[in-house]
Amino acid sequence: MGARVITITSGKGGVGKTTATANLAVALANLGKKVVCIDADIGLRNLDVVMGLENRIVYDLVDVVEGRCKLRQAMIKDKRVPDLYLLPAAQTRDKTAVSPQDMIALANQLRGDYDYILIDSPAGIEWGFRNALAPADEVIIITNPEAPAVRDADRIIGLVEAEGRKIPTSLVINRAKPDMIRRGDMLSVNDVLDILSTPLLGVIPDDEQIIVSSNRGSPLTLDNQKSPASEAIRDIARRITGAKVPIGELERKKGGLFRRLARLFRRSRA
Amino acid sequence: MDDSITLKGIKEGLLVTVKPDGRWSDLTGRLITLIDGQGSFFRGAQVTLSLGPRELRRHELANVRKQLEERGVILKAVLSDSDATLDAARKLELRTTLHVTELVEEQSEALELRPPPIDPEEYGSPGVMVKRTLRNGRTIHSDGHVVVVGDVNAGAVIVAEGDIIVWGRLRGIVHAGAGGDESAVVCALHLAPTQLRIAGYITISPDDKQRKPRPEKALVRNGRIEAVAWE
Ligand SMILES: Nc1ncnc2c1ncn2[C@@H]1O[C@H](COP(=O)(O)OP(=O)(O)OP(=O)(O)O)[C@@H](O)[C@H]1O
Ligand SMILES: [Mg+2]
Repeated sequence: MGARVITITSGKGGVGKTTATANLAVALANLGKKVVCIDADIGLRNLDVVMGLENRIVYDLVDVVEGRCKLRQAMIKDKRVPDLYLLPAAQTRDKTAVSPQDMIALANQLRGDYDYILIDSPAGIEWGFRNALAPADEVIIITNPEAPAVRDADRIIGLVEAEGRKIPTSLVINRAKPDMIRRGDMLSVNDVLDILSTPLLGVIPDDEQIIVSSNRGSPLTLDNQKSPASEAIRDIARRITGAKVPIGELERKKGGLFRRLARLFRRSRA
Repeated sequence: MDDSITLKGIKEGLLVTVKPDGRWSDLTGRLITLIDGQGSFFRGAQVTLSLGPRELRRHELANVRKQLEERGVILKAVLSDSDATLDAARKLELRTTLHVTELVEEQSEALELRPPPIDPEEYGSPGVMVKRTLRNGRTIHSDGHVVVVGDVNAGAVIVAEGDIIVWGRLRGIVHAGAGGDESAVVCALHLAPTQLRIAGYITISPDDKQRKPRPEKALVRNGRIEAVAWE
């Protein structure tokens, strides 16, 4: 009951999990949802940096698990949006400080009070990934349109399937470059779907605004900026809430992505 | 009755006389059928092949020796009037003479062959059926055949003693006939494996993305792996 626990993971590092988590959390909060994000990347935390909340951390996930503080005390409220909280990772500990059972217990404590719990998974398939996956009701796989990232995504989807809990899994393709895809230098959306045969939740274009916003600690989706990536992420957030934001014909068909992106660009100039 | 092949018990084991006419591949096929039809009767037998003037090359002899070996039958010697055949036999370290006495001794009675048993029941062959996509990191081993209803993605591995059938796209690594069976095959609706092996042969997919995918079967032919239409 209560919150949907969504784990955002990828296998390969650096494909945009943390960026997607921060921006989706803000977008969902802007849709009036109560959201908490948990940074499960213990030892390499940076969800707090991308969200611009680093300087407000007093306690962290490991403090909660080891009983040094109450869960409420460790949660940082993002004052820029109505109902968004961050539970930061510990910076100085390693991943084994938390167990999958701890994560399940933690999520269960939060379920009643929120609509969405987003968990930012660390890269890899080891302990940290296991922690992030344990409480998941759903999984969002992030990949880039590059063979190594898609390979790792495939591996991860296999591991999620092997959990045996039939966890619904969907796919976000991040950093798509329409020009490169058109030239055949990058895997197309269809190429990726062919390999992964997993439902597509959205495609986020490569957008330098993302980097600018990460540096500022101010997610793109915060201030309704019209950049291609923020539009795409807002669409994904709406799809998560169940809204029918067209994706099927537009992005699956050959050239669909270009048409869709062209539309986004047009809108952003208007 | 086809008398192109006769079998006779001799002191050294079994004398197999093959008539000099007819295609060699047909005749070896018949010989194998004969042996298979007798169940395990010939297991452990030592065989002398008597070939008359037929000219055989070394690989032809090697192949029949291998096929016999797979049935527990040992090719000991080759008798021939052809120098080329004798030469090939010697290269394979097979004997090319028998003592006359060995031939004479049990000459009397030709072996009576049981007709192959007719069994209306089929017990099928052992196998594994996988009804989902095999993703990167998965490995399947089987003593029999493997059937996948779904894709086999790059990074997935299938090793089977028998055949491998993929009702989907095959992009991973597969090894059919892993125990040495060169008659094993690999079939897929779209055959694009990272690497494909049958028995001791190995190949990789040609790099032509342009080609429209079609169902294909990979098999060992002429000493290499070939892909043909799967129909
Ligand atoms: N759509 C995008 N366009 C441009 N840059 C992007 C996009 N998405 C992510 N990036 C950049 O890619 C880099 C890696 O992103 P991020 O840290 O979110 O990845 P990650 O998967 O969380 O990495 P890790 O595995 O290390 O946790 C960052 O510099 C980020 O700004
Ligand atoms: Mg990260």
